[in-house]
Amino acid sequence: MEKFDVHTGRAVPLRESNVDTDQIIPAVYLKRVGRTGFEDGLFAEWRKSDPDFVLNRSEYEGATVLVAGPDFGTGSSREHAVWALKDYGFKAVLSSRFADIFRGNSLKGGLLTVLLPQEVIETLWEAVEADPTVEITVDLVAREVRAPGVQEPFELDDYTRWRLMEGLDDIALTLRHTDDIGDFEQSRKPWMPVTL
Amino acid sequence: MARTMAEKVWEEHVVRRADGEPDLLYIDLHLVHEVTSPQAFEGLRLAGRSVRRPDLTIATEDHNVPTQNLLAPIADPVSRKQVETLRKNCSDFGVRLYPMGDIDQGIVHVVGPQLGLTQPGMTVVCGDSHTSTHGAFGALAFGIGTSQVEHVLATQTLPLEPFKTMAVTINGTLDPGVTAKDIILAVIAKIGTGGGQGHVIEYRGQAIEQLSMEARMTVCNMSIEAGARAGMIAPDQTTFDYVEGRTHAPQGADFDAAVEYWKSLRTDEDAEFDTEVVLEADEISPFVTWGTNPGQGVPLDSSVPDPASYEDPAARAAAEKALAYMDLEAGTPMREVEVDTVFLGSCTNGRIEDLRAAAEIIKGHRVADGVRMLVVPGSMRVKEQANEEGLGKVFEEAGAEWREAGCSMCLGMNPDQLEPGERSASTSNRNFEGRQGRGGRTHLVSPLVAAATAVRGTLSTPADLVAQ
Repeated sequence: MEKFDVHTGRAVPLRESNVDTDQIIPAVYLKRVGRTGFEDGLFAEWRKSDPDFVLNRSEYEGATVLVAGPDFGTGSSREHAVWALKDYGFKAVLSSRFADIFRGNSLKGGLLTVLLPQEVIETLWEAVEADPTVEITVDLVAREVRAPGVQEPFELDDYTRWRLMEGLDDIALTLRHTDDIGDFEQSRKPWMPVTL
Repeated sequence: MARTMAEKVWEEHVVRRADGEPDLLYIDLHLVHEVTSPQAFEGLRLAGRSVRRPDLTIATEDHNVPTQNLLAPIADPVSRKQVETLRKNCSDFGVRLYPMGDIDQGIVHVVGPQLGLTQPGMTVVCGDSHTSTHGAFGALAFGIGTSQVEHVLATQTLPLEPFKTMAVTINGTLDPGVTAKDIILAVIAKIGTGGGQGHVIEYRGQAIEQLSMEARMTVCNMSIEAGARAGMIAPDQTTFDYVEGRTHAPQGADFDAAVEYWKSLRTDEDAEFDTEVVLEADEISPFVTWGTNPGQGVPLDSSVPDPASYEDPAARAAAEKALAYMDLEAGTPMREVEVDTVFLGSCTNGRIEDLRAAAEIIKGHRVADGVRMLVVPGSMRVKEQANEEGLGKVFEEAGAEWREAGCSMCLGMNPDQLEPGERSASTSNRNFEGRQGRGGRTHLVSPLVAAATAVRGTLSTPADLVAQ
């Protein structure tokens, strides 16, 4: 996984609440067995059906920060939603509330999801709508988001921050504790079900 | 210290706890399907890793599978490849798979409980958000992403962030014709799609205790639509009776020992929840959604709400957008909304009790002219049982299509989809834009409402049929 420390880039204002993962990437794109190339599925329906959809507007081309409304990423557990955002070029998503599974998936996959108060989201929306060239800095080291007129700290636990900054794979970390797992397995109740 | 059920199950599964790190939890059962697993198996291959506990892992084909002509190859080459990839992965890594055509094939959340693999006090995960279904047994069960699927395959554990606890209490007794689906739709309408965020919900109270196991699964299934990480119901005699005798259930003295343990899982009397929500059962009536998220629901007796009635500007904007997508006018009585399609099935309402309830309503009636009704059993065992009870015949005689098992029109990854502009009454769990097919419009309903709606062609309750 790519390391994340400080990212600065232009932003897309997505003024929608309850953006579910079926909108982020419709189910038809989930049939693939590969791990890359999901950018064509990102917001596919909205991009196809609405010429004014924010991602269809040239002034936001090449933006890398998505400023989203509350309850972003509700619905299905599909990690394809994270892959689609990353493959499209997004490095960070800012919102006042994320659905739990989406948030977990994003932080596993190196897409930084940042929780900010809704007032700050509104300020950022206004700023990038007024001037699409405005850049937003997402600083994981200082746990802070900066933009003209905005300097806002955000919370992220030390462990997740460390893992993202080091670009570490969770599985490798857990496999260091294989002995603990083996010990635990010895203590499991003998009547618990097996599938084979 | 007094603890909730969720906290007890969590504590029982901590493999490793260290300051400044998430707890590492052991996973008792990992359910796998074709959509969210290919990249996880590929990750194992690339890293030269194996599946640590194939004996705690089970796979089935459900999301992509067609629900008719099972013997023909899957027509969509991309779907076919995904299903074939699962078969190869299960074969290479030694995971038991229930493929299309197998009597134990079906929707992953129907198959687990049916086989007796889902038991109280377990940790259950699956790369599918509706894994919350299994919480009905008092298991801690939650959906995970593909990275976590790979993690569980490799280690049989997951590092997990702590959760908050929420009690949702339903006091009193439900009126006749009001179902588990109406309970959960009413709960989501009350607390919102983000209301349960970060929480494990425990459903409690007389109305919950009176529910059958299958109805409890319907409630827990849609915990995710309330934004919760999981939903649970305390195991009781109803639970024990359901588990006993199933293929993978403990037997004899083991079963007795298991029941003793399961009884100890109940939330302690003086335990405190972080959040409490209370509903009165007699205030819940048949519920239906009007919008494009599961929180946008109203009693079927009422009308499409006026966006202007929302004080919160974001909710107002969301309502306006939803009404435009749904092509509905504020103030229209829900009963006047006409549908083209009725879908009875899914991991929410595709079990035998759901089919029985709908069949009882539809028996002796015909599906209305111009309405297509799809009845899709949750598993091939459910289909077999329904046929033995004559339910399949009831559906066919009424003019419904009686299909094979799978996720089907819940998410339209197979050919069962709405056409653009078509409107459904659906017993599934999500009314998102395009969920059941591009441009399709979905109203979430109970099996009873689905059956009555199929007969009348407009959103209806069984009482409307009697009045007719």
